[in-house]
Amino acid sequence: MPLISIKDVTKIYNTERGRTVSLDNVSLDVEQGEFITLVGPSGCGKSTMLNLVGGLLMPTSGQVLVNDEPVTGPGPDRGVIFQQYALFPWLTAQENVEFGLRLQKVPKKERAERAMHYLSLVGLQDFANALPKELSGGMKQRAAIARAYAVHPSVLLMDEPFGALDALTRVQMQDDLLETWQKEKRTVVFITHDVDEAVYLASRVVVMSPRPGRISEIIDVPLAYPRGEEIRLSPEFAEIRARVWRGVHHHE
Amino acid sequence: MSERQAEPEALTMATPTVVAEDTEKGERSLKGLYVVTFFLGIGIWTLSAVLSRNALIPTPIDVVASFAELIADGTLWGHTVTSLSRVTTGFLLGVALAIPAGFLMGWYWLARGLLEPWIQFFRTIPPLALIPLVIVILGIGETAKIYVIFLAAFLSCVLATFQGVRNVDITLINAARVLGAKDFTIFTRVVIPASTPFIFVGMRVALGASWATLVASELIAAPTGLGRMMQQAAQFLQTDRIVVGIIMIGALGFIMDRLLLLAERRLTRWQETR
Repeated sequence: MPLISIKDVTKIYNTERGRTVSLDNVSLDVEQGEFITLVGPSGCGKSTMLNLVGGLLMPTSGQVLVNDEPVTGPGPDRGVIFQQYALFPWLTAQENVEFGLRLQKVPKKERAERAMHYLSLVGLQDFANALPKELSGGMKQRAAIARAYAVHPSVLLMDEPFGALDALTRVQMQDDLLETWQKEKRTVVFITHDVDEAVYLASRVVVMSPRPGRISEIIDVPLAYPRGEEIRLSPEFAEIRARVWRGVHHHE
Repeated sequence: MSERQAEPEALTMATPTVVAEDTEKGERSLKGLYVVTFFLGIGIWTLSAVLSRNALIPTPIDVVASFAELIADGTLWGHTVTSLSRVTTGFLLGVALAIPAGFLMGWYWLARGLLEPWIQFFRTIPPLALIPLVIVILGIGETAKIYVIFLAAFLSCVLATFQGVRNVDITLINAARVLGAKDFTIFTRVVIPASTPFIFVGMRVALGASWATLVASELIAAPTGLGRMMQQAAQFLQTDRIVVGIIMIGALGFIMDRLLLLAERRLTRWQETR
């Protein structure tokens, strides 16, 4: 049984300028522990798909199942990481990580321990008491990842999380994310429009095309984890990257 | 061509004063300037009072003497306490009602639809314009004055709070939702803290409006208060006393504004832009 099952989902937005078909009869199954990247140009419906799984949007038709249960709204079993970090600016890094735990009524001591555990996992143990404004972009996103991890979701949904970071920080964050993910496996659905990033992170790359949003191709990435520089620079990587590139840029 | 470019360049040459203000040295010399300009102002005042040869224009010395006299006979204290308590009561009542009303308007479509037209309409009326009606209905007692101040404070603060709620970043609300927060929690733990900077702006505007309204209402009709003191002094042409009143009102307003600013700095230290 797949952990996430998207069945014949169509999502139509009715705006003042008319109807926009954001997703057109899309189906996708994601297995437990997979790392899926969704890649495609803007308007291909990748964010819509993520938000449907996250429960922030409802499909016009079709069904989204997580753990065999239809998604009816957002919930702590599906953590979301946003491009704009979305840390609460009035809370410290630790308080941000504890936010979801408080809602689950986790006792204070355990809350602090769990927060520190996940802050350490992303390398922010020394910044527990820092306010978001005192953190760099990369550190903010690490804190947001720790916050999503802390509530123990079975799925992590990441909406272009490194999109606002510079190229060097971005590569570092990709490596760190894979490291964190290998220490604590979650099923990840990760959106990007960067082909390199899509191939480097994923066990499966889902290529999407716009107007209307559809899945045009699914490409397996049979490269072993842990991945590092050797993989990034390997001919196998280059070959898969070329296939994804063609899929993104040359679909009819 | 090159002559045309000269102008913007001259403009950029002028900007380094702004940069200098940021440095510690610049800040210190700025404080020095504040002291200089204070004495300069007093000097110009004295000079023009003396040169005018008009007994109705008081010198700073006259004002200080009058100030001492008013303190000695205890009247200044009494008027100040009355005025302060009126302003504080009206302001606090106004703000206390404006904040929940603003939240309701920002959060519930129904509340917005029912309240916003009235607030937008009354906002355009200076509270002073209501004084004649209020005096006829409520008399010249405390209730009338506090009511007008309350109205002034409420109207200034309610829209700021409303704007604050409308401006809460939707991503923060979504972030809370995906962590499992329901409406009530989102409201208390996200919307309220996120809109505090706006509320403080509203409160400071409300404080200014409260003072303006207080003094005006006391000038029109009141048995006591700083406005009354000034009105009385005017009848006896005691301009030095009037100036004492003006300075008191300015000083009290300034102190209260600084207190609010201090509270704001403390509570919204997390803001990015500071």
